[in-house]
Amino acid sequence: MIEGILIGLTTALTFQNIFMVMVGCFFGTIIGMLPGLGPMTAIALMIPITYGFDPATGLILMAGVYYGAVFGGSTSSILLNAPGVPGTVATSFDGYPMAQQGKAGKALAIAAWSSFAGGTLSAIYLLFMAPSLSKVSLSFRSPDYFALMILGLTAIAAFSSKGQFLKAMMMVVLGLMLASVGQDSLSDITRFTFNNMNLTDGISFVLVVMATFAMSEALTIILKRNDPTSAAKQVSLTELGSIKINKEERTKMYKTIPRSSVIGFLIGVLPGAGATIASFLAYGMERNVVSDEEKEKFGKGSVNGLSAPETANNAACSGSFVPMLTLGIPGSGTTAVMLGALLGFGVQPGPRLYMTNPEIFWSIIMSMYIGMVILLILNLPLIPYIARILAVPKNYLIPLILFFSVTGIYVMSFNNFDIYLMIGIAVVATFLRLYDFPMPPLILAFVLGGLMEENLRRSLLLSNGSWEFLWDRTLTACILATTILIVVWHIYKTFKNKN
Amino acid sequence: MNINTTKIISLLFFIFSAFYLYTAYQIQVFAFDENAPFNARTFPIYLGYAGLFFSGLKLILPDPNTIKVDHKSLEYKKTGLLILIAIIYGATILKVGYFLTTSLFLFVSYYFLGERRWILMFLLSFPFVAAFMYLLHGILDIYLRDPFLQSIGVMG
Repeated sequence: MIEGILIGLTTALTFQNIFMVMVGCFFGTIIGMLPGLGPMTAIALMIPITYGFDPATGLILMAGVYYGAVFGGSTSSILLNAPGVPGTVATSFDGYPMAQQGKAGKALAIAAWSSFAGGTLSAIYLLFMAPSLSKVSLSFRSPDYFALMILGLTAIAAFSSKGQFLKAMMMVVLGLMLASVGQDSLSDITRFTFNNMNLTDGISFVLVVMATFAMSEALTIILKRNDPTSAAKQVSLTELGSIKINKEERTKMYKTIPRSSVIGFLIGVLPGAGATIASFLAYGMERNVVSDEEKEKFGKGSVNGLSAPETANNAACSGSFVPMLTLGIPGSGTTAVMLGALLGFGVQPGPRLYMTNPEIFWSIIMSMYIGMVILLILNLPLIPYIARILAVPKNYLIPLILFFSVTGIYVMSFNNFDIYLMIGIAVVATFLRLYDFPMPPLILAFVLGGLMEENLRRSLLLSNGSWEFLWDRTLTACILATTILIVVWHIYKTFKNKN
Repeated sequence: MNINTTKIISLLFFIFSAFYLYTAYQIQVFAFDENAPFNARTFPIYLGYAGLFFSGLKLILPDPNTIKVDHKSLEYKKTGLLILIAIIYGATILKVGYFLTTSLFLFVSYYFLGERRWILMFLLSFPFVAAFMYLLHGILDIYLRDPFLQSIGVMG
């Protein structure tokens, strides 16, 4: 492991990679602050830039964008009560009241330090957990992988949003259907191409991400007459107050951060859960463990109430890298985008990644530390100024998002058909968004589609067409049992809420 | 059964899944693969049935969280216009070239979205695209096809 850490440090500490982390964090922070534009959009917009880099640098840039976006989301939660990303909704519960009391600077500082500590601690957990899990996952067989993918897709659908399970499952199926277009990987038989040569190689992952996130989010903003930047114009530098944290507040944070980081990391590791659930759980748990006196302050500007979700959502970001790096199966929409980009670089993530491409595996983990330090440096003194930069009107923001989307496809294929297809998918996605059909399950399914078919193929061929492979191995059966539990729990909750 | 737009979308998805399933059954596989436990049409067939199942459930089950969209408040005109500009941009980018079409796309989009600060509009289109092109083509070595710039000798 020491050797791996050294390889990672050598790669991550090159001038180019440090610069990329900085660019990623800065860009991610700005996008994350804009309500409605989350880390997936930020990462999608960065894809064209990463074409010019080696896989490690490309992924380091995207990881920087990811942390930055989650970090940036907390800033708009605190200053504007408008969470940039769902993972920072819980931050606004105590962050915004604190800002209203004239302690916005202090709230930002608490959020920044908590995020830093949560991210750093979880990177340490990842450092120890990822190699061990990689070794364990070497024993995984095709049926286990197939079951794991079913679990991941079911979990992301179940956790996507309240009462949207069926909609999310429809999006999962749509994602898998889109992934099935093109040549069959084994027999080279073309499917669903309708004799269109442009579809022979299938639909590009970048195209689907750009269409369903960047482009459709831009169209949704115009369609709904939202202006994600209007609130930012209200931010005044004079209202921020001091960023100093006193001893009493520090003592509270020392207790909150370790427990919230563990919750955040473990929730992040689970497929489909992610930063949103992690932050809410950490907030809820913190409220239960503090004294009655402190409990009264929750929702009115509590230090614990702000520190807990901020620690947990950053810890969950690092946690979500575990299934992606060790199993090659992303646990969230954001890591699905990264996995797709990694496959685009010709790198196959999975249990052998840390043996075949140790520089990628370890440099991502090492760059997390660097990213956290950079975010801290960036957020504390610069956030008020970044908030002002955000007062860019949507008249400029929307065309720029569309421009980045089209550029991403243009430099990838130099093909008009792909641009039309992207616009077509974006229009459909915009319409589906209007009626709360979630997009992350679609992306995760699209990325996993090929792998899922491959593992089902192997499993069915080995079992001579029998579906007994689903319960032949204890591990497969356990994973499937977990999937069934999630579905049953979801049905129970739906009926309970209805009654 | 209450008919709302979510149900209509589910019905469309049901029809789409039925069409997908029909097409999946039409996939030509090799003769020796016809009765194999898994061939090129197996997975799509399962997907077709899954699509029918989930959209069918959505259709028949009551929808407690009905989403109501006020269509009058939606900005269809600007959105449609922006999509049209993007289509024209996509149609011309290969023939005319990246620099000119992208700059014009940005400039025209700013205008249609209501911007009238001409100098800022210009700065955030032509010089901005030139700088971005330099970043991609000059620094990151990503090939950008541009017949227009090639014809005037700016690009090699």
